[in-house]
Amino acid sequence: MDFAFLQTTLLTLLGGLPLTLELAVSSILLGGGGALMLTLMQASGSLLLSAPARAYVFVFRGTPLLIQLFMIYYGLGQFRPTLQELGLWSFFRDPYWCAVLAMAMNTAAYASEIIRGGLGSVPPGALEAATACGMRPLLRLRRVILPLAIRQALPAYSNELILMVKATSLASIITMMEVTGLASKMIAETYRSIEIFACAGLIYLALTLILTRAVLLLEWRLSTTRKNGTPA
Amino acid sequence: MMATTRPPLALHIAPPTQRRPKPVEKIALVKLRKSFGLIEVLKGVSLKANEGDVVSILGSSGSGKSTLLRCVNFLETPDSGDVILCGEHVRMRQRSDGRSVPADPAQLTRVRTRAAMVFQSFNLWSHRTILENVIEAPVHVQGRPRKDCVEEAEALLDKVGLAAKRHDYPAVLSGGQQQRAAIARALATHPEVLLFDEPTSALDPELVGEVLKVMRGLAEEGRTMLVVTHEMGFARHVSTRTLFLHQGLVEEEGPSEEMFAHPRTDRFRQFIKRAQP
Repeated sequence: MDFAFLQTTLLTLLGGLPLTLELAVSSILLGGGGALMLTLMQASGSLLLSAPARAYVFVFRGTPLLIQLFMIYYGLGQFRPTLQELGLWSFFRDPYWCAVLAMAMNTAAYASEIIRGGLGSVPPGALEAATACGMRPLLRLRRVILPLAIRQALPAYSNELILMVKATSLASIITMMEVTGLASKMIAETYRSIEIFACAGLIYLALTLILTRAVLLLEWRLSTTRKNGTPA
Repeated sequence: MMATTRPPLALHIAPPTQRRPKPVEKIALVKLRKSFGLIEVLKGVSLKANEGDVVSILGSSGSGKSTLLRCVNFLETPDSGDVILCGEHVRMRQRSDGRSVPADPAQLTRVRTRAAMVFQSFNLWSHRTILENVIEAPVHVQGRPRKDCVEEAEALLDKVGLAAKRHDYPAVLSGGQQQRAAIARALATHPEVLLFDEPTSALDPELVGEVLKVMRGLAEEGRTMLVVTHEMGFARHVSTRTLFLHQGLVEEEGPSEEMFAHPRTDRFRQFIKRAQP
């Protein structure tokens, strides 16, 4: 085992960590907002809103993220003149924003389904009590529906978060030098793929570990079967 | 045939100084009608309750008693008829599909904070502690200062015997405790009227007493209450008046003690016989 090489590899790859995190955080935040919008559209009861939302979820869940990424990064390049006219070219020329957009749109579809499941789990009685004490629809959503739905959806959503962190590695294919991108570059220079990919994998493993712990802590904080703040 | 003996109208007449002033009308429901699909659940039911009245609403299942109660705070919207709460007539408007809905959201909120409801299955918010459940509506619906609400909520929880449980979540409380917490929550908005929808029907028999005791205390305070119930003892001895519904119509109504002692209709006679074998 060449520990010195492993160490330099790890240090080099860690240089890509900020970009990996940036990609993950921006797409998760943007996608979360999109998911909430999609869920509310689906729950609105109006066909005009719910039909497009359902079609969106169908398409983005039904196609690979890699193809979505390619469509946005390479595909939209075909419409360069139009995009330039619209002033959007600087956005779609940048691989970073293409990656964020693709991942955000993808996770929005998945997360909206997760939130929808959470909404379905809100007990009708809790809703009725909110109505009966005079809450208007928005207040009801904010104080009763969403807090209950999010608690229910959190375990499933943590899965989606992990998937997103790992999905950032796809950005390496459209020239982003995040952890996987740096790994590929190093392999091209040294041909030592096992050590280098193992180091990259280790970094993702550590990220996932931290993430799952954080979600568990959050779940515990939000738990409602505690007695006076101690675990049941 | 035996002549039915009725108690004299007034056994004692209170001296004028103690007599209450003209009774204040708190609730008037006028000819409420409500259908679900093809089934007409309420076929023109009227009900009046003055300040301090405790009205029991009895009837077999499907008689429309819960629907009637839920029309007071518009959890169900009556198809026709009037709801007058504390002298305020709830304005309705026709929607394009022909259904009538409350016209003024601000008025609806006012109505709902004035007529607080206690549900059969408690319906506490499971993600908030007991104290948070109680202060939720006063803080977020009525916009009162949180500090005052907490003080008041603690007093209310003390009153229903749950002071020690105020930082617990509903899931760790027994059914009777949850229902008492729900009563405290209902009282927190300073309601003029309390609506109870079968408050003891979901409870284990040994827990019914503690909830009824709290309700009896509220009745003795002179609170105006509408109570849909199967508890014959409560209807007879605690409530001032009883309304017996049958198939969406008022079959019989009157002062509770008198009505139970001398039922006038066969249906009510059978109903109490079935309930107390």
